[in-house]
This record gives sequence, structure tokens and C-alpha cells, in this order.
Amino acid sequence: MSEMTIHLKIWRQARGETKDSQKSQGRFVDYTVEKVLPEMSFLETLDLLNEKLTRQGQQPVEFDSDCREGICGTCGLVIKGTAHGPNPKTTTCEVRMRHFRDGETITVEPFRAGPFPILKDLVVDRTAFDRIQQQGGFVTANVGSAPDSNAVPIPKLDADKAMDAASCIGCGACVAACPNASASLFVGAKISQLSYLPQGGPERGRRALLMIGQMDREGFGDCSNHGECEAVCPKEISIENIARMRREFFKGALGGHDRKAATGD
Amino acid sequence: MSRILDAKIPSGPLADKWDRHEMECPLVAPANRRKFTVIVVGTGLAGGGAAATLGELGYNVLNFCVQDTPRRAHSVAAQGGINASKNYQNDGDSVERLFYDTVKGGDYRSREANVYRLSQLSMGIIDQCVAMGVPFAREYGGTLANRSFGGVQVSRTFYARGQTGQQLLLGVYSALSRQVAAGTVKMFPRHEMLDLVVVDGRARGIVCRDLVTGEMKRYAADAVVLATGGYSPVFYLSTNAVNCSATSIWRAYKRGALFANPCYTQIHPTAIPQLGDYQSKLTLMSESLRNDGRMWVPKAPGDKRRPADIPEAERDYFLERRYPAFGNLVPRDIAARASKVECDAGKGVGNTGFAVYLDFADAIKRLGRDVVADRYGNLFTMYEEIIADDPYHTPMMIYPAPHYTMGGLWVDYNLESTIPGLFVAGEANFSDHGANRLGASALMQGCADGYFVVPRVVAGYLARGGHGKVTTDHEAFGAVEDEVRRRYDALLAVKGSRTVRDFHWDLGRVMWDKVGMARDRTGLEQAITQIRELREAYWHDVKVPGEAADFNKQLEMAGRVADFLELGELMAMDALAREESCGGHFRAEHHTPEGEARRDDENFMHVAAWEHKGDGQAPVRHVEPLVYENIEVKTRSYK
Repeated sequence: MSEMTIHLKIWRQARGETKDSQKSQGRFVDYTVEKVLPEMSFLETLDLLNEKLTRQGQQPVEFDSDCREGICGTCGLVIKGTAHGPNPKTTTCEVRMRHFRDGETITVEPFRAGPFPILKDLVVDRTAFDRIQQQGGFVTANVGSAPDSNAVPIPKLDADKAMDAASCIGCGACVAACPNASASLFVGAKISQLSYLPQGGPERGRRALLMIGQMDREGFGDCSNHGECEAVCPKEISIENIARMRREFFKGALGGHDRKAATGD
Repeated sequence: MSRILDAKIPSGPLADKWDRHEMECPLVAPANRRKFTVIVVGTGLAGGGAAATLGELGYNVLNFCVQDTPRRAHSVAAQGGINASKNYQNDGDSVERLFYDTVKGGDYRSREANVYRLSQLSMGIIDQCVAMGVPFAREYGGTLANRSFGGVQVSRTFYARGQTGQQLLLGVYSALSRQVAAGTVKMFPRHEMLDLVVVDGRARGIVCRDLVTGEMKRYAADAVVLATGGYSPVFYLSTNAVNCSATSIWRAYKRGALFANPCYTQIHPTAIPQLGDYQSKLTLMSESLRNDGRMWVPKAPGDKRRPADIPEAERDYFLERRYPAFGNLVPRDIAARASKVECDAGKGVGNTGFAVYLDFADAIKRLGRDVVADRYGNLFTMYEEIIADDPYHTPMMIYPAPHYTMGGLWVDYNLESTIPGLFVAGEANFSDHGANRLGASALMQGCADGYFVVPRVVAGYLARGGHGKVTTDHEAFGAVEDEVRRRYDALLAVKGSRTVRDFHWDLGRVMWDKVGMARDRTGLEQAITQIRELREAYWHDVKVPGEAADFNKQLEMAGRVADFLELGELMAMDALAREESCGGHFRAEHHTPEGEARRDDENFMHVAAWEHKGDGQAPVRHVEPLVYENIEVKTRSYK
């Protein structure tokens, strides 16, 4: 197949530059990568660029990636203005160069959001997601306390719905794409998953209040039904999960759970 | 001096060993547990499971991972499923049969007592995971669904679409999250363990690099658990994530832990073939595909017709032909080697000739497209995105790829290494899979070690006491930190002409060509020489950009590749010393007339465990004899 020349406009930012100074100190830098093959992945193109920069004695571009097959959720770039690039249902690492033209200029930015501070270049800190999860994204079931796994039958459709929601990889594209930087799709997916299953039922109300409370405290915005999150989600998590999250929240609030503990109000 | 290792297997009948051992392990009273600190490195099924469970029990746990969050540990990428001897399908499964299949699958090179325990614990894993909200596949009646995996004749594999590893790991992650909130587990993401600290002969801590700031940090504990996964990226191209490394276990090896069976590597038969030199990894296509996919090549060498143009009579379904009893579901080592045989005979397909077909046409005819899509849809989508071809219409092209490493740090029945207080769990140890791991058994071992074995045996170690408190002010910590610092400064100071990737790529070529699917004496001897030369060149000519005190991915990789350049040599030495073929270790000199692996039970029915004697010194090979009291040792056959 034919080799392409690709121009990249990449966001570069040194470590330690504070959030307030992001606009003034980070900047786009232009690079050109030659001999790009259509079957290469986008991250392999960045690898190629980094090899070139290293040989030239320049600083390579820092970006996160790990499994490179779309399941770990580590990678995440805004490519040509879209989180995880122009193709639907793919993570950044799954984007192939055949989707771009020879000579094309591609902008590459980190996932931008207040609660995702930039660590360096294209690498952001998404530990806010962990802190939300710690508030209630679990079933309290100590090892050793479980009944036989077939003791509680679960309708296939419920199990499938739970699995649809559980396939979230925690990449943060939903936040990066949302004009409000809301984490509702991420939080909704976890709350939904557990709401479809009998396990953890006693914790449902409390879970919704606590997780949503933490989402607010981290500085994520509210959901105003733009639907951008669903459009960029590499795992096709539906915004139905956000509706379900709201129902869980109201049920929790009306169920007499400690709202103060949840929201800090 | 070579010595005989004692695995400390409890006495008594096989079926009672673990129960009796649990009873004999001393306990730590609930109020005393918080006085003990346990370091756990790794947050996959083994590490995360151990950390969360130790936390539940009340110990003070420090949990480290290189990823930005524990939910991304490489267990996440496992696709097909997890085995358990539940016998929900009423097809004759039992603890005994899972035990038998696993020992046979490992070509009689695993430890009976460990495998039996694994088989016993398998059922509790499924119960625990369901209780934690893992959405396994279910039947319409609401009960759990199962499928088959290679090397067995029952359906005992539980699964969550093609994302079983992800769902099990999210279960672990949720348990960890609960313990972090409870204050029992302290999480250290983006921290890489770079060395082990041994004080008075016991593992007492680690030195880490904070991957964001580059700062070196010390952590002390009463026991250390390593669960850092396998070392397949020694081949450069593998199905593993790009940050998978041997560094933690290799550093422990250099501090005195023995490294067992380093040459036992699993080359998985069904990965997407290599496309070019630019590639950073190979993508796995789950073994579950062989439930419905049929592997074939054209009968005539050099047949370049499109697959649809090759009539049925001119196709060779080589696994069905050679292994009629198991067909396409033979174990991985056998399927991988059979594919290689066909390609070496010129029957390979695709541009490179290093690929075979995995065909779903019959399955689609029998089951319909929707059922096939429900079972494998996500894998088909992945394939199509990479190859730009639709596997619903054209057979997949696949080829074997390095995937899993059965070798790892030597541990006894308590998962304790030869350094007291250093425990090793999951893929990082060597213990349960012998010379070949069966599909869906890695998740089983990770969960068994993490949830059930580590918490018990670590408690036993702590309860026996006799080891006072050590803090990071101890001189041993300072000495280790200085060594690590010098090592990383030295990498930056070389300022040579070739990148880290250049060297990693070269190492991978040597490993794949000479320490890969088929090995022989000449090739292995050449590999040892070439790896030594490469290592020498590395420390004189590598070019690592940036600074130590910064976020610096290239420097991280430089340290890992430096360790791979040492480990690769040990793998070749181990393969050379093992003058037999068994499981994934195939020596061209040792095979049956039909081309199957030929073991030498008289001379090699043992674990080989290597002891580091210092840089530039030859390591010493110790052995642990394998004794089969409950299973009849036979020639493995899947015909």
C-alpha cells in the first residue's frame, strides 16, 4: 500500500504548568511524519514521530496507552476535534491511518476538562473517576460470603443490560466531549449496571447519592442532554443509563438515605 | 552448587491438603491485623484481589501499579473466559476432571498439589464474582451460561461476552475501591517498582519510581506480594499491553529469588498476523472462536487464490485431520505448532505466507449470523478495523503470537519465593500451568491466588512472627535506592545513537526466531551470544531522551528493555538445558515420528529454578522434582 505524509498539530505542555496557565503556556506544535502506511494505527504513527524526535535529540511527545486493542481505557486523544477520533465505536488506539488522506493535517489534543488536569503534553490525570468509584461503585460482598452463583437466577435481558453498561472502559471520552464536562455517562453506567442486578440491592439508593455527590465535588458539570458523550463512547454506552441514574438518585433521596453525607450540603 | 528445592507440600491425601493447610496456618487476630503492613505490587486479578481481600481482613495494604488507575491492569484484556468445575452443564465435570485436564494440558510439568487446590478453589471464584456484580453470560432461565475451551471435553468456561477479563477485573477494582474508601488499602497508581529491599534475609520493602514526577520513593512493609504479570514482551511483538514488563520479578530474581522455567512461554495460535515492521503489538483473537471457527489452509503449497475460490476438496482442515477427537479445540501449544508446520510447508496464506484461515462459514450456516454475532461480535469488529475485511464473509487470517508466560518466580505451596516474606501470585509465578496453560485458566489462577491463597498464606507468615519492624530509614533502603538511581542515570548518560525501541525490536527478532515456537541447540547457542552482544551494545549506544525527574515514558521503557535483555538470555539457557520437548517448549531434536512433542520424563520431570550469582557470572540451575501420586503420567494425546 502507498505511503502517506501526515502533518500533525500536537498540543505540547511541560509538566507542572498549572491549570490556570494552561492556555498561556501549552501550545500547538507542528510536526510532519513521512512513510505512514494506511494499515498503521494512529498511535503507531505517534510512535514513529517519537522515534524521529528522539533520534534528532528532541523531546518525544508524551501520551498514554497500554493494551492497544481498545479495552484498557488508557489511551485518549482528541483527534481532529473529536474524542477518540472521527470514527464511531473506537478508542484512540484502534484508529487506523487509512481513515486519513495523504498530506492531511491532523490536530491532536488531550482530553480537556477541569477535573482532568494535564500532567504533560497529551497525558491527563483521571483519578477523579477513581474517587467517584470509591464512593459506592461496588457491591459490599466480602470474600467468603457468597452463595452459590446459580442460587439467584437473573433474567438474561437484565444480565445483558448490566453487561452493556459494565462494558465502560473508564477512558473519559464522555467528559472530554461534553460541553459541560459532565461525567454523567461514566457514573450512570456504573449505577445502572448494579441496578440491573439483585446483588448490592440494599446499597442502591446510597450508592447513587454518594457517587453523584462525589461527581459534583470533583467539579464535573451537570448533564443537559447534549448526547455528545454517547456519540463518542467507544463502547456505545447509551444515555439511557443517565436517565436510569437519575431515577436511582431520586429513589435514594426519597428513600430516606443520608443526603447530607452524599452531597456535603 | 545445585540443590533440590522443597515445595513444602502439605502431607495427607491430595483432596485434603488445602483444607488441612488452612487449618494449620496460624492466624492473626482481627485487632492485630492493622499493625501489619503488606505491600502488593500489581492490581490485576491476583494483585488487586489480594490487596482488596487483605484489606477486608483488616491489614494495612499498600498497592502499587504502573497504570494511571488499578482498573487498567492487563487482566483487563483477557477475552474468552474463566474455568470452574461447577458441572452446571451436567457433562461430567468435577474437581478431579479439571485437575486432570490442567495437569495433562500442562504436559505433566506442573505441581499436582497446586493444581488440585486451583481446581477446588475455582468454584468459589465464580460465586464470589457473581456476588460482586460481575455480569456473566446467562441462559434465558437465568442460570449461568458456559462454553468450551481448548484441551477439554466439557463446557466449564464462564464468560462475559468477549470481555471476561475486563469484567472480572472491574470486580476486583470495585472491591479495591471499597477498601480504599475504608482506609485499609492505600493506592499508588503510576508507580513502578524498580527494586526489592531485603533486610536480614527477608523481603521488607520496595523502591519505586513515581512515573509522573520521576521521584524515587521507598516503602517498607512486613511482607511483599508481587503480582506483576508475565514477560511476553521480551519478544517485542506480543499480545500483551505495551507497559507489561518483567522488571519487578527480574529485580527480585537479582536479589535472590529463584526464577523457574523461564523457557515455558505460550505462543497463542490465534492472533492477527504481523503486518509490518512499524507494529507495536499483536492483537489476540480469543480462543473461544475455535468453538465455532474451523482452521484450514489450501492443500496445495503456494495456492494464492482467494479463500472463496478454493473448493472444499482442496482445503485442509489440518486440526480436524490430525486431532479428530478434539478437532479445532486442541490446546494452544498444539494448535500453534500445527499452524507453523503448515506455513513452513508453504501452505500459509496472506501476503506474507505466515497466516492460516479461521473460517466461520459453517457456523453462520448452522447458527445464523445473529448467534455468531452475539458470541463473537466484538472480536469480529476488532478484526475488521485492523484488517479492513469482514470475517462474516471472508475467513479470518490468523497466526500464532507470544501471549502468556508459564515461567516466573519459583514459589512453594505457600506462593512464597526463596526470599522469605516475598510472595508471588498470578502470571508472575510459575506454579500452576506446567509447560502449557489451557485457555481460561489464567483468570482462574489470578482470582484463586488473589482472593483465596495469598490472604491465607500471608497471614500465616505474619502470624509466625519473629521479624521486627523495619522503616525506610534502614541503610538497606538507602543502598538499594542509590543503586536504582545510578542505573537510571547511567541509561540517560549513554546518549548513544539508537533508540530503546531499536534494541527491543532486535531482541524480539532473536527471541522469536531462536527461542520461539521451535528451538534447537545451534539456534539457542547463537541466541545467547547475540543477546549478550545486544546487551553490551545497549549500554554503549542507547539514546534515552529527557530527564530522570520528569514524566518520561522513554526512560521507563529503557529500564524495562534493559531487564528484558538479561531475561532473554536466561530463557535461552533454560531452553538449552531442557533437552526434551514438553508443552510450549518444543526442541526440534526431540519429537515423535508424527512431529509431536517428546518428553523425557526420566531426566526432566522437574521444575528448573535458576539462581542469580552476580552479573557476568553463570546462574545456577536448581531442580524441584515433580512427583505424580494421583495422576498417571502418559504421553499427551488429543487424537
